[in-house]
Amino acid sequence: MKLWCRSALATASLWCFCSSSVLAEEPAVGSAAVAAVPFNGADIAWSLTASALVLMMTAPGLSLFYGGLVRKKNILGVMMQCVFLMGIMSLVWAMWGYSLVFSGDAGGLGLIGDFGYAGLQGVTPTWVNNAQVIPRFGPAGHEIPRSIHMVFQMMFFIITPALICGAFAERMKFTSMVLFSVLWGTLIYCPVAHWVWADKGWCSEFNGDATYRAFDFAGGTVVHITSGFSALVCAILLGKRLGFGQEPMPPHNLTYTCIGAALLWVGWFGFNAGSALASTELTANAFVATHMSAAAGTVTWAGIEWLKRGKASILGACSGAVAGLVGITPASGSCTPLAGIAIGFLAGILCFYFCTTVKNKFGYDDSLDAFGVHGVGGTLGALLTGVFASKAVTNDAGKFGLLEGNAHQLVAQAVGAVAAIGLAIVGTVILLKIVDAIVGLRVNQAGELQGLDIDQHGEEGYIFH
Amino acid sequence: MKKVEAVIRHYKLEEVKNALTQAGIQGMTVSEVRGFGRQRGHKETYRGAEYTVDFLPKVKLEVVVADDEVANAIQTISNVARTGQIGDGKIFVTNLADVVRIRTGETGPGAI
Repeated sequence: MKLWCRSALATASLWCFCSSSVLAEEPAVGSAAVAAVPFNGADIAWSLTASALVLMMTAPGLSLFYGGLVRKKNILGVMMQCVFLMGIMSLVWAMWGYSLVFSGDAGGLGLIGDFGYAGLQGVTPTWVNNAQVIPRFGPAGHEIPRSIHMVFQMMFFIITPALICGAFAERMKFTSMVLFSVLWGTLIYCPVAHWVWADKGWCSEFNGDATYRAFDFAGGTVVHITSGFSALVCAILLGKRLGFGQEPMPPHNLTYTCIGAALLWVGWFGFNAGSALASTELTANAFVATHMSAAAGTVTWAGIEWLKRGKASILGACSGAVAGLVGITPASGSCTPLAGIAIGFLAGILCFYFCTTVKNKFGYDDSLDAFGVHGVGGTLGALLTGVFASKAVTNDAGKFGLLEGNAHQLVAQAVGAVAAIGLAIVGTVILLKIVDAIVGLRVNQAGELQGLDIDQHGEEGYIFH
Repeated sequence: MKKVEAVIRHYKLEEVKNALTQAGIQGMTVSEVRGFGRQRGHKETYRGAEYTVDFLPKVKLEVVVADDEVANAIQTISNVARTGQIGDGKIFVTNLADVVRIRTGETGPGAI
C-alpha cells in the first residue's frame, strides 16, 4: 500500500486499463499525449478484492467477534458501533482523511499531510482537454487508479476506531462514540498514518531522508498500536462497567465470536496481502506469512490453556488467531513465513499473559481486550519486524533486520512505535476530555443496567417467540 | 386433582413423555428452567476470568392428574428419570383447586 507512495499525483495518464478499442476511437489528438501505460488487470482485481475483504473484517467480522463477547443486552450496541463507523469514517476519509495522510506534507516536518486530495479532488477521474485523466498510484509497472488506493486505505480508517470499541463496550454513549471516533480518526490516526506511510512521513519507510525508517507493511503501528493504546486510555478514563468484578459477565454467544474470528482471519489476507496493492511475489509472501502467524497464535494460546487448566477453549483459540494476525501485520511485507510462525507464537504468549494476568492485576476493565490483543500484539509485531526483516523478502539490499545484522532497523521500529504510543495516549486523554465536556462519555446508570440496545438504540437483539 | 411438577434432566424428557403417555396420562406442559439443589455447579473460564455457574439448566414438566392417578404418575416419572447420580431432579405434588377447559367451559376432573 504504502510501498509506493512515490508516484506522482495524477500524472497525465490519459486512459484507463481498458485502453483498447473503445477509447482508441477517440484519442486525445493534438494534445501532447504521454503514452499511458495500461493498468494491469491483476493488480486492480486483487486490490479491489482486498479492499472488500478488509471491509468484511469490520462487519460482519469484528461486529460478530465483539458482539458475542458482550452480554446479550448489548449486542446491538456493539454491532451498531461497527456498522455506523463503516458509514461515518468512510465519509470523513473521502472528505479530508485520505488527504491528511497522503497529500503533500504540511509544514515540511513529516507530521501531517495537507488538503490537496480533500473531497477526492485529484483522486477520481477527470475530463481534461477532451480526454479522461485517471490519477495513478504505485510504481511503474504496477500502477493502479488512485481511487483504489483511497478506498483500500479507507477500510483501515474504518476498522481502527472500531477496534477501540472493545475497550469501552457496554457503557459508552453512542453519540460520544461517534464524536470521539471522528476526532480520533482525524487527529490521531491521520498523523500516525502520515508519519509511517506517506512519502514524507518522518519515520516512513518510503522517506529516503528519514533517520528512522520504520517498516509497517500493513498497519501494526498505524492500526494496532494506535487503537490498542487508545483503548487502554478509554478503558481507564471511562471506568469499569457497573458490577465489574462482582457479577459474572461471561460472553453471551461464543458461536458468534468464533464466526467473527474466522471472518477476521480470512479478511486479514486482504489486510496484509492487499497492502502490496499489487499482484506480486510480495503479495504471495504476505499472504503465506499472515496465515502461518495466525496458525501459530491459535495453537499457542489454546495450548497454554490446555497445559494450565487441562482444557483448550474456543475463545482461547480465536484470541490466539487474532493475536497472531495482529503480530504479523507490520511484518508480512518483510518477514518470511517461518518468521511469521515465530511472531505468532510470541504474540500468542504475550497477549495471553496481558489478557489474563496483567489485566486482572491492575484491574482496568478493557472489556473485550482491545489493548491486550491489539496494543500488546501490535507493539510486539512492530519490534519483531525489526528483528526478522529479511532481504529475501524485501528484495532490497538495504532493507533487513537485526538477525541479518541491522540493529538500526530495530531501533527505527522502536522509535516509530514509541511515537505512536505517545500520540495515542496523550491524544486520547485530550479527546476524551473534550468529548466528555460536550456530550459526556457514559450512558446513565439505568441505561447501563437496561443495556445499550434498548437505551441507546430502542431495539432488542433477540426477540424470540 | 393434583398438579405434579417434575424437574428433570434434559435428555430424559423424551423418555418420560413417552412413559407417561403409555401410562395413560395425557397432556403436559414443559419449560426450560435453571436452578440447583444438591448438585454443584461448574466452573467456566473466559480469558482467565473464572465464573462458577450455580444455576444449572433443567427441564420442568407439569402434568395434572386425578387423585387416583397420582401414584402412577410419580412412579412412572421417577422410574424413567432416575440415573442414580446427583442431579436427577425432584418431583413436587400440590393440590389443585380447579381446572377449566376453555373451549367448552367444563370444569373439574372432566376437564383434565
